[in-house]
Parts: sequence; C-alpha cells; structure tokens
Amino acid sequence: MLQSGQERQFREALISSSDDEARSIIWKAKEDLKLTRLEIIERYVVPALDSIGADWHEGELALSQVYVSGRICETIINELLPEKRVDPGSRPGIGLVVLNDHHALGKRIVSSVLKAGGYSLIDYGIMSAGQLFQRIREDNPALVMVSVLMLSSALEVKNAISNLADCNCSTKIAVGGAPFRLDRQLWLEVGADAVGFSAADSLKIAEQYLGGVE
Amino acid sequence: MPAVKMSSLERVLATLGHNEPDRVPLFLLLTTHGAKELKLSIKDYFAKGETVAEGQLLLQEKYGHDCLYSFFYAPVEVEAWGGEVLYFDQGPPNAGAPFITGTSMLNSLTAPDIEHTPCLAKVLEATRLMKKSIGDKSPIIGVVMSPFSLPVMQLGFEAYLEMILHNRAQFDQLMEVNISFSVAWANAQLSAGATAICYFDPLSSPTIIPRELYLQTGFPVAVEALSRINGPTATHLASGRALPIVDDLAQTGTAVVGVSAEEDLAVLKEACRNKLSLLGNLNGIEMIRWNENDAFTAVRKAIRQAAPGGGFILSDNHGEMPYQVPDQVLQAICTAVRQYGQYPIQDGDF
Repeated sequence: MLQSGQERQFREALISSSDDEARSIIWKAKEDLKLTRLEIIERYVVPALDSIGADWHEGELALSQVYVSGRICETIINELLPEKRVDPGSRPGIGLVVLNDHHALGKRIVSSVLKAGGYSLIDYGIMSAGQLFQRIREDNPALVMVSVLMLSSALEVKNAISNLADCNCSTKIAVGGAPFRLDRQLWLEVGADAVGFSAADSLKIAEQYLGGVE
Repeated sequence: MPAVKMSSLERVLATLGHNEPDRVPLFLLLTTHGAKELKLSIKDYFAKGETVAEGQLLLQEKYGHDCLYSFFYAPVEVEAWGGEVLYFDQGPPNAGAPFITGTSMLNSLTAPDIEHTPCLAKVLEATRLMKKSIGDKSPIIGVVMSPFSLPVMQLGFEAYLEMILHNRAQFDQLMEVNISFSVAWANAQLSAGATAICYFDPLSSPTIIPRELYLQTGFPVAVEALSRINGPTATHLASGRALPIVDDLAQTGTAVVGVSAEEDLAVLKEACRNKLSLLGNLNGIEMIRWNENDAFTAVRKAIRQAAPGGGFILSDNHGEMPYQVPDQVLQAICTAVRQYGQYPIQDGDF
C-alpha cells in the first residue's frame, strides 16, 4: 500500500515516465530519511509497481506505462547499490523464459520488476517446452516464470510440467501472459504452481517461493 | 421486422447501417480450422491459396456463418518483408525474430511489391477463388496489420516502444513506409474480391498504450491509412480494451470495432450506438473447454447486451478462433444464434 505523499508522488512519476523526478524522490528518501536500499524497495518500489500492475489489470493503465515504470525502478535500484540478492544456497533462484515466441515484452517487464524488487534472475530467453524441460533439469532452479502469448504455447506448458513431475524435479513453475489472463482456469489446467495476471504478481510469487530480499 | 430471409451480405450490411436485419450476423473467424477440414498440416494448408479458399468455403458450408475470412496468419506481412515465419502443429504460425535489427536499416527500408511477393500473392489468389465461388452472397473479410502495430513484429515490442517514446523522427519515417504498404495491401485485397478490410491494430488499445499517446501516434496513422483504403474497414484491437477510445476510433473512419471479452458489451453498446458497430466478444480462449450449454449462455448474453437496434456482429474477441475450439462448440454457437438472434430480439427469451 502507498502510504505517504512522497510514495504516491513516486508512483505518479513512474506512470508519467519522469525518470528524473522518480530518481530525485528516491535519493531524497535515502538522504533525508536514511533509508536503506531494502527499505526503499519495500516502501517505495514494490508498492508502486504493485499498484501500477493492479491498475493495468483493471484497465486503468496501459502496458507501456507498466513497462516504463519497471525499467525506471530497475535503473534506480541498480544505482543505489551493487546487486546483493536473495541467496537460495547453491541453487539458482528464478528463471525467466518466453515459450515459442519472439514477443518478449512480458518477460522484459517481469524481469525489470523482479530486479527492482531485489531478485537475481537467469534469463532463459526464448525456448520450446522441450528445451525448457532440459534446461530446468540441468539447472534445477527454485522457480521458473514462463511467459506466453499464444494459446498453443500455453498448452505446451502442460507437457513441460508433466515431464518435470515424472523426474521428481522440485522446480516451481509460474505462468503468465494473455491466454492465462483471458481464461482464469487455464493455469490450473496446465498444472502450474502459480499464475501472474500482471507483472507485479511476480514479486508476490517470488516472495512465496524464495522468501523476501535479504 | 424483416419479412424475408436475408443473404449473409444483406444481413451484414443492414446491421452496419445500424438497422435490424433478419437475425444477428455471425462471423466465425476461423483460420487453422480449414486445415482440419482438409486433413492437412497447418503449414501445408497455408502453402497454397487454393487450399485456404477451399477450407473457407467448406467451413461456411458446415457452419452457415456469415463471412469468408481470407486472413492466413499474422506474420504473412512480416514474411513479405523478408522476416521469418514459425509454424506449429497445434496453432497459428507466428513471427520469428524481428528483421529490423538496427535503426540504420530504416533508411533503406522499402515495402514489398505485393503482386510479386509469393506469400501475399497466395492470399490474393485465395481471395479471388472465394469471390468467384461466393459472388455477392457473403462478405469476404480481408486483413491488414495496421502500420502502427506492424512494427511489433518488424522491430520487436521493446525496441518499438522505445522508438515511440523517445525517437519520434524515426517513428515517422517508419510510419511513412508502413502506411504506403498497408494501404496498397488492403486495396489489393479489395481488388481481388474482399468486401471489407479488418484493420488489426492491437497496439492502439488502451490496454497497451495510454489514450494520450494513441492520439499522437496510432490515431493519426489510422486516419491517414483508412482514408486511403478503397473500401469499408473494421478496426480490431485483438483482445485489447476499446472503451476509452471508441469516440476516437469512430473519427478514424472505421465502421466497426472488434472488442475484448474483458469489457462489458452492454456498456460498449451504449458508447458506440449509431457511431460504430460492435464485433465480438465471445472469449475464444475459454471456448476450448466450453460445452454446449456454455456456448448457449454466452451467445444469449452477448445478443441481449448488444444486438437490439442492429450494429452488432457476433464473433470472438480476438479476431481468430483457436485451433483447439471443438466442432461441437462452433455448432452450438451457430445453433444458439439462430435460436436467440432472430429480430426483433425477444427479451422474454432471457
């Protein structure tokens, strides 16, 4: 939840693509309030991106605004400190992939949001379901977020999940993209562990399966 | 109340005039289902204009819906520009990697020669064959990607958004080439026999860009492109929301808007009444697991919300029904339209 005027101003700066204003608000908070990087993420970045994602989901904002907001936040957080993220032991954390599609904006937005939220990622790029299955078996990440645009790709997720179950792989699979938004039951039918209806949901899913940022 | 049964074309023209025809027109915007009818792979089906024309005619004979659809697949235009098309066994072909890999390529970008580009020529051949067979009994719906939305496949979504947001000169340069191509491509289809052109413009939806940005970009592009297309046009936002821009869409010169399953059809009807006809908005994704009752319920609801007064064509929300939608669901939709879509619409039926 956005609590103060400054936090709301930060959200408005993101929506209006005002990089400089957003950066100024964060640096002022860092200097005046002596906030740590984690406190900035928790008080400013995550609530703003969560609110923006929810408003897109409700049709109040456009995808381009979600994209720009995530990108600005990612840049600001990177400027605050070198990356120091969740350490899930020796196991890789979160993998991101687009299935069968060169429309990669959804993955790009999720990537920005998660990085702004303090998570480190493995970008698997564009893969088929078969390639993804093989890669998960090799890497054994804790969580993989799968973005799709087409229904046929969404249905292919089921094969990858089925194959993973057959080899007792413990990687959790979260799905997102237009087919899952238009059919709220589809993620259950393909056997996913979680679904994101907006990019901001990726933060909740990451926290659920990996815990918060250290 | 219409005294006689209308042809599909008469039915569609009546509703586009915001009058009530004999019954609600139904557009089953089927593409890959033609491959099933001919027992061909999707790739083989789209390899020739003859097979697509035959598939469309078989589908209309089977379901009795009110249009033929000469649309092959979205990246046919990318293919024409030299881009890659990826085929799948269970879904429509998709665009490969963007073929404009650097903005310096914009300076030498030239539009394809339509008649001498094989992938476009086969669409025109399919259109001619459909027209020869169907005459004026049924509309043939052609498709162009809008000049504004095409760059998502030409450049990639992120690179194109960055161009829109930060480099308007390059954007204008690209739009000049794309508008010329889209207009020529639309007019070639009309000359081949298409009755109207569906102008696919998902990027203009408020789901993707805010209205303020649309008014600076997609809107003027649509005004110019549609004014140069020599026939009626329908703008389809391909599952994107439309409500915040319906008045703007009406000003582009389009006659129809394809609307999302995520929006309230009754609210859209009020916003568009006597300005734009509505095309939609059955949920094509959910449709793959509908039973007959689900189809009847969805059709009845859509008809109740949008059919009174005309200006409504029942269809899916995306402009293409998924390959996985079963025959019995399509048949149930057709039966439901004939049962509940007769004008005047009977409120008591609900």
